[in-house]
Amino acid sequence: MPTDAYRISREPFYAPQGNEVALFEAAYAARLPVMLKGPTGCGKSRFVEYMAWKLGRPLVSVACNEDMTASDLVGRYLLEAAGTRWLDGPLTTAARIGAICYLDEVVEARQDTTVIIHPLTDHRRVLPLEKKGEVVEAHADFQLVISYNPGYQSLMKDLKQSTKQRFAAFDFDYPEAGLEADIVARETGVAPETAARLVQVGHAARKLKGHGLDEGISTRLLVYAALLIVRGVVPRDACRMALVRPITDDADVRDTLDHAIDATFP
Amino acid sequence: MTLPRSPAPAAPEFRHPQTQAYWKALDCRFQQVADVFEECLYEALASLSRPGIEAYVEAARTLGKLGRGADPVLAFLEAWPDAAEAVGEASLPALMDLVRSIQKSPNGPALVPLLQTLAPVARRLRGAEPMARYLAVAGDLMARTTGSIHGFHQTQPSPGLPEFFRRAPELLAQLSVGGLAAWTDYGIRNHGRHPDRQREYFSLASADSRAVLQRERHGTLFADVERRLDLSLRALWDEEIPLAPYPAAPPAGDGLAAVTPYLDAQGMRLPDVQDDRNGVRGVDRYRLLVAHMAGHRRWSAPLVADNYSPFQRLAIECFEDCRIDTLLARRYPGLAKPLRALHPVPREGACDPATESCLRHRLAMLSRAMLDPDHAYADPLLQEFTGRFREAMAGGDSSTRAMADIALAYVTRSRRQSDQLARVFFTDTVVDYRDDNRHLWTFIETGDEEESFDQPPPRDEEEADRLPPRHYPEWDYRTQGYRPDWVSVYESLHPSGRASEVDALLAKHAVLARRLKRLLDLLKPQERRRVRFQEDGAELDLDVALRSWIDFRGGTTPDPRINMSHETAGRDLAVLLLLDLSESLNDPVPGTGQTVLELSREAVSLLAWAIGELGDRLAIAGFRSNTRHDVRYQHLKGYSEPWGDPVKARLAATGAAYSTRMGAALRHGAHYLAAQRADRRLLLVLTDGRPSDVDAEDDRLLVEDTRRAVLELEGKGIRTHCISLDGRAEEYVHDIFGGKHSVVDRVERLPERLPMLFLSLTR
Repeated sequence: MPTDAYRISREPFYAPQGNEVALFEAAYAARLPVMLKGPTGCGKSRFVEYMAWKLGRPLVSVACNEDMTASDLVGRYLLEAAGTRWLDGPLTTAARIGAICYLDEVVEARQDTTVIIHPLTDHRRVLPLEKKGEVVEAHADFQLVISYNPGYQSLMKDLKQSTKQRFAAFDFDYPEAGLEADIVARETGVAPETAARLVQVGHAARKLKGHGLDEGISTRLLVYAALLIVRGVVPRDACRMALVRPITDDADVRDTLDHAIDATFP
Repeated sequence: MTLPRSPAPAAPEFRHPQTQAYWKALDCRFQQVADVFEECLYEALASLSRPGIEAYVEAARTLGKLGRGADPVLAFLEAWPDAAEAVGEASLPALMDLVRSIQKSPNGPALVPLLQTLAPVARRLRGAEPMARYLAVAGDLMARTTGSIHGFHQTQPSPGLPEFFRRAPELLAQLSVGGLAAWTDYGIRNHGRHPDRQREYFSLASADSRAVLQRERHGTLFADVERRLDLSLRALWDEEIPLAPYPAAPPAGDGLAAVTPYLDAQGMRLPDVQDDRNGVRGVDRYRLLVAHMAGHRRWSAPLVADNYSPFQRLAIECFEDCRIDTLLARRYPGLAKPLRALHPVPREGACDPATESCLRHRLAMLSRAMLDPDHAYADPLLQEFTGRFREAMAGGDSSTRAMADIALAYVTRSRRQSDQLARVFFTDTVVDYRDDNRHLWTFIETGDEEESFDQPPPRDEEEADRLPPRHYPEWDYRTQGYRPDWVSVYESLHPSGRASEVDALLAKHAVLARRLKRLLDLLKPQERRRVRFQEDGAELDLDVALRSWIDFRGGTTPDPRINMSHETAGRDLAVLLLLDLSESLNDPVPGTGQTVLELSREAVSLLAWAIGELGDRLAIAGFRSNTRHDVRYQHLKGYSEPWGDPVKARLAATGAAYSTRMGAALRHGAHYLAAQRADRRLLLVLTDGRPSDVDAEDDRLLVEDTRRAVLELEGKGIRTHCISLDGRAEEYVHDIFGGKHSVVDRVERLPERLPMLFLSLTR
């Protein structure tokens, strides 16, 4: 099995917000499936990467989408000149090699697709490959992690109770101001006071959530802005480009955020 | 010895020979003029050039010879030196041209107001070019509103002109000359033929006059930035405070002191308009105001006012304001620059402590020095207290209490006897982004500071039993602009009649109803949805097909359901049926023995029943109008109301009267229809003629307005469709509704056609 392709070689930067690292380690020790909840760009995926590195497990990530079918996860037969050949899907691969399988934004997948993870996430820990007529026993080190953003998706898209109740869950949110500034500074090398001002702008925008903004400015966007600043872009321009323009088309909100930027950066 | 015939002295003697020479040139015998001539001349000598003086005296001479008494001369003599300083001497010929043309017209009495307001007007205009435009606007107003009875000689004076001159300073305080021209033009166009209304308009007494004035104002209007201020407050301060505007310019000119922005338990009060100033945009001035007040809310603690003298309070407010501004700039450094740009820079020594009270001036300098480290003030006391302030602020946020201590020390050290003088030096002491700090004080003893401006308005007995009118604008195609708040729409529930009548009508059309029913069953709703895994379907589902092929090749049973199709589910439609209930519906339809109204009632009953069968949301309302002041909009059926007896009863009671002001009814209907949550919104208008009303002398006006209303509705995502019963409707209905209309020329077939039309529209 080529597990090396899935290994994380360098330590990803992750600044813990609380005791989530210890909790995750405990969950992993018990091989409990884990669900990460929280707004976009607050560090869910980075956390999984970090934990995979810390636990020394390979990580198989799948970004879920609406057109994804069960066979995209499990695997399918491919046509060849001589006939057909079975190809494992990412979930099957992870179960075989004992990786952490991370299904990002799992609600985006259709409900009939999400149901196939059920046998893997209870005491059975097996994955039946219906087409192939095989039942894959999950590797002892296999763990399933899913992420989901309860905020912005429509009412139509929610996880079924039968899915939800198979996971231990973490609630993620944007880190508090000081920590977030540290994260932005460490991730990008921008000056600490600039990072603090970026976070201040981010906080201003997050207060507008539900008042013209669907979602506040994420830590990820703050990092983008900082990256632009590090490359020599004037902070005001960098903020407009990385923080404001992506998240809104509402002229009033845009104007307000522009003002917040002007007010925050001398 | 003979007595002089005139009681006035023929020629007063002026001691100065030059004055005497000019007096001679003036050639004027009014005693009142003689009394002030010398004084006026001295002022003129100080501000006018030599030829300017001569022109001044010459112009005054002309005015004295008009035969209109002493008033024009007096007004001119007093006003012109001031005015010339503001707009230049070269404007005099243009002014005299206007004077001459007024004199030649029947508008002579307007001369005095023109000259009396000349000085304040000129001060607002500042320049020869705006002055020339102002005179041109006045000339235009005169030319277009002076009436003639026989079409040849102008005999009726312009009713609006004197009012216009009287209001000119107030108007120009709020409008640019261009805005004034637009405001005047609107008044001429819409009230040109009605003397009383014209007078009301030009004296700013009518509602539309004030509304147009608002529209033409310069500066940033509060209404335009309110949401942004709300958002700023939320984003930067995490505050949710109501904001309310007050009129920035007091209505009666310079008589009242301007209100200062203030913060109280009810929220923040801000001026309704802010001009750009010192390079700071109007909206940013608003934001500074809001930020300053939010700063007070966050960092200020109220003090007991009774413990301090008024001077001490003034000083405490000054220090506290500076503390807030410093904290603002600390938290949002980007605000420091506009703060400094807006803070006045009082000139050291501008105020003379011997004759004036310099307290405000001293405090303003101190405030400047505390905010601006690069200040150039040399006063050692100011230096010392600026230092103490900085020291207090260095350690953190400090507090209102600490500021009060410094302020008290400052008042003790800087007190002067002259601070008590009544004449207070005000120049450069107003910091206009600061509020009046009323929130900073609590009063133990309730004194006469109590304010209760907001008396509950007296109840209007007449309107107690119905809803107040809603006002809608009307489009004027001649000016290509809206007349604001032009039409008053009164809405009410239509009175009820006997529901059984409508049931009888439906029974009469039972055959038709059965045919309709078949059609309704066939009618497919919209909203397409993909259905996958179909053995027979509209197109191949490539994903599934491939999978089946692989299964087939792999030797397992392939899934034969490799097609997909689309189906439509749910029909999300909201319909408003607007009935024209104007007088013409009472016309009989030849060959039926029924009126148009009766046939419409049958048709509407059938349609309402059909739409009810389909499950679409339908509202029915009727409209009629009796001038723009009285447009009636009567609800017959609400969106969520079922097609039942109450609705039938109302429909049975419909009557027809008055005229068809369609635009207002469309706008009002759209107001409710737009609030319906539906994928599609349809507004059906059933009418028998062109839009018209008794007070619209121009036929095209209401046609164009309706056309405009249809466009507005389209912008709101409402589709409008007109069903016209007028055989000659093709002439105008296409202009109004574009292609979206049907003409039912055989009215007797309406009951059959109307539901069919609806079905084909929504199929």
